[in-house]
Amino acid sequence: MSILLTKKSRVICQGFTGKQGTFHSEQCLAYGTQLVGGVTPGRGGEKHLGLPVFDTARAAVAATGADVSMIYVPASGAADAILEAADAGIKLIVCITEGIPVNDMIRVREALKGSDARLVGPNCPGVITPGEAKVGIMPGFIHKPGKIGIVSRSGTLTYEAVFQTTRLGLGQSTCVGIGGDPVRGMNFVDVLGLFESDPKTQGIIMVGEIGGSDEEAAAEFIHGHVSKPVVAYIAGVTAPAGKRMGHAGAVIAGGKGTAADKYAALEHARVATVRSPAELGTAMATALKAARGRRLGARPVANAPPPARAAGRTAAKPAAKPRAARAPAKAARRPVRRGKRR
Amino acid sequence: MNLHEYQAKELFTRYGIAVPAGLVASTAEEAGHAAERLGGPVWVVKAQVHAGGRGKAGGVKVCRSVADVRNATQALLGKRLVTKQTGAEGLPIHQVYVESGSQISRELYVSLLLNRDRGRLAFIASAAGGMDIEEVAEKTPEQILRIEVHPAVGLSGYQCRQLAFGLGLAGPQVGAFDKILRGMYRLYIDHDATLIEVNPLIVTADGAVMALDAKINIDDNALFRQQPLAALRDASQEDAMERKAAEHDLNYVSLDGDIACMVNGAGLAMATMDLIKLHGGAPANFLDVGGGATPERVTAAFTLILSNPRVRAILVNIFGGIVRCDIIAEGIIAAVKAVGVTVPVVVRLEGTNADVARKQLAASGLAITAASDLTDAATKAVRLAAGR
Repeated sequence: MSILLTKKSRVICQGFTGKQGTFHSEQCLAYGTQLVGGVTPGRGGEKHLGLPVFDTARAAVAATGADVSMIYVPASGAADAILEAADAGIKLIVCITEGIPVNDMIRVREALKGSDARLVGPNCPGVITPGEAKVGIMPGFIHKPGKIGIVSRSGTLTYEAVFQTTRLGLGQSTCVGIGGDPVRGMNFVDVLGLFESDPKTQGIIMVGEIGGSDEEAAAEFIHGHVSKPVVAYIAGVTAPAGKRMGHAGAVIAGGKGTAADKYAALEHARVATVRSPAELGTAMATALKAARGRRLGARPVANAPPPARAAGRTAAKPAAKPRAARAPAKAARRPVRRGKRR
Repeated sequence: MNLHEYQAKELFTRYGIAVPAGLVASTAEEAGHAAERLGGPVWVVKAQVHAGGRGKAGGVKVCRSVADVRNATQALLGKRLVTKQTGAEGLPIHQVYVESGSQISRELYVSLLLNRDRGRLAFIASAAGGMDIEEVAEKTPEQILRIEVHPAVGLSGYQCRQLAFGLGLAGPQVGAFDKILRGMYRLYIDHDATLIEVNPLIVTADGAVMALDAKINIDDNALFRQQPLAALRDASQEDAMERKAAEHDLNYVSLDGDIACMVNGAGLAMATMDLIKLHGGAPANFLDVGGGATPERVTAAFTLILSNPRVRAILVNIFGGIVRCDIIAEGIIAAVKAVGVTVPVVVRLEGTNADVARKQLAASGLAITAASDLTDAATKAVRLAAGR
């Protein structure tokens, strides 16, 4: 098991014949992804990388039965490409493109609310289920099939977390780069919900950064709905207010979105946090060991329904089921809010 | 990208948002003529800089004669205005906006911006205008009114009325306010704004509602379809280093420390700054050279960070994924030779062919310290910057 992507996923590439689309399609094919074709308007009927090219996403889906699309269309046309993929019935849309105007993404996000398509990105490295398939631009070779779910707003920091968990022999179930834009598809909460329900995922690494309050929302969600150990790192402790740090979404605005606030929220939710990204792997290994110890005295905890703050699609609702209890002494120190949920 | 007040007010006028009469001037003489054309008895001379808090910083002068207008302009032009938003260096004043004085009976606040949590645009309004809105939100949150706009439905009349009555407006002011909000919304969408802020929005003594100040930020990602606005960019209001970086397609932000960083990826670049701080140092900059990290970009990046005289060490942190580390190492060696780097350089390379790359760096004969991992890199850079 894994989330979102398996070796059975049938993938098309929008922006297939462009430079980026070509290069990364080749890489994905080499990794073993079932890439079944691509879309470039006006090039329908041609072959590219030995695969069929279609004029429209609808034609591509009709001919190939694709359920996943990765998008490398330039920023000016990327929002349109996302909508086209959703209209064609694609279930997982992974948009790699950086630099899409925010106003375009506001409309896209709203439009996807009525569809059952999930959007990952934009401005993200993509999704990989190690040993099965990769849809995106991440270097496949650093991954190793395993038990850690990784969700991150940053590409290169995802690679750091992957690299460390691979070295420690933990490996990854699935890695999801949700992207660095302020308005995006799936969020931490959505991905955390999927990892919680995935039997293969035993621990979760979450990498956040300054800007917005998605990490705070994630902290609240973890508090009520995630039983698996979570290790979190937030980038940008030293970032000055009001400056955009590379990513469109990485900006402290009006005193909101600081790393300190995010760390505080996560720690309040008893998430194991690290102040150095170099410690993500070891902290995860420690958290896994501690979780195994705690599993001895399991007690049931009812899950409240997840908050309605999903993008594109609501988070998978973890079924009410017994969860691994933490040590009673620790539980007693939990905030009152948590007590009410029991 | 930010617009100046006078540019924003020009757009406001085009979108039916009432503003006091005003003219922009680049010399004292022009300002005098502007005052004469506008007519008295009171004018306000406002420094045109990309920052708020101008009033308290002495950037806004009330004048009661044309000679006053000339003198006030003379006093402002060519100076740097330091407000609480600019940092200690301030921003240069190259233009002033000469505006007819208004008789103010009320000061309100209204802005339109993205609510990130909801992924929708939201109007924020308050009867406490002319003040720092973040402070109002903090101390008296009940004074903040909000409405959210559905992107397909657009702004509705009832929403405008909700805010208007909430602000205590009455009679014809409600309609005037409605017109202003609709103008703001259309302007925001048409021109890919990321913020439109009016602080204060005033009610004049004779009951008119108008924008006394105007702030507009434009989405940099949308400039490809906002060409006329892109031409309004005032580079003098931007950090010189950041401007130079942008010319080379590098993402750079100036900071106060003495350890320069060069990193691939925005998240890792932030994390590298944090690591330097964590190990007792201070980062001199944020710099994302992007995924490619080609020799050309690496050279441009070295040149850029070395033009900062405060830099006492450089930390290069690259995670080579698709791009091989040995290729990046070649680029670093070539750049260090070409640029003539005089401060210690610590390099951490990880990923494809990292071992080969480390050997190359060691064999280069250059003063490059190879680091084995993130922590090692940060501690070495901090130590070398301190001269140890």
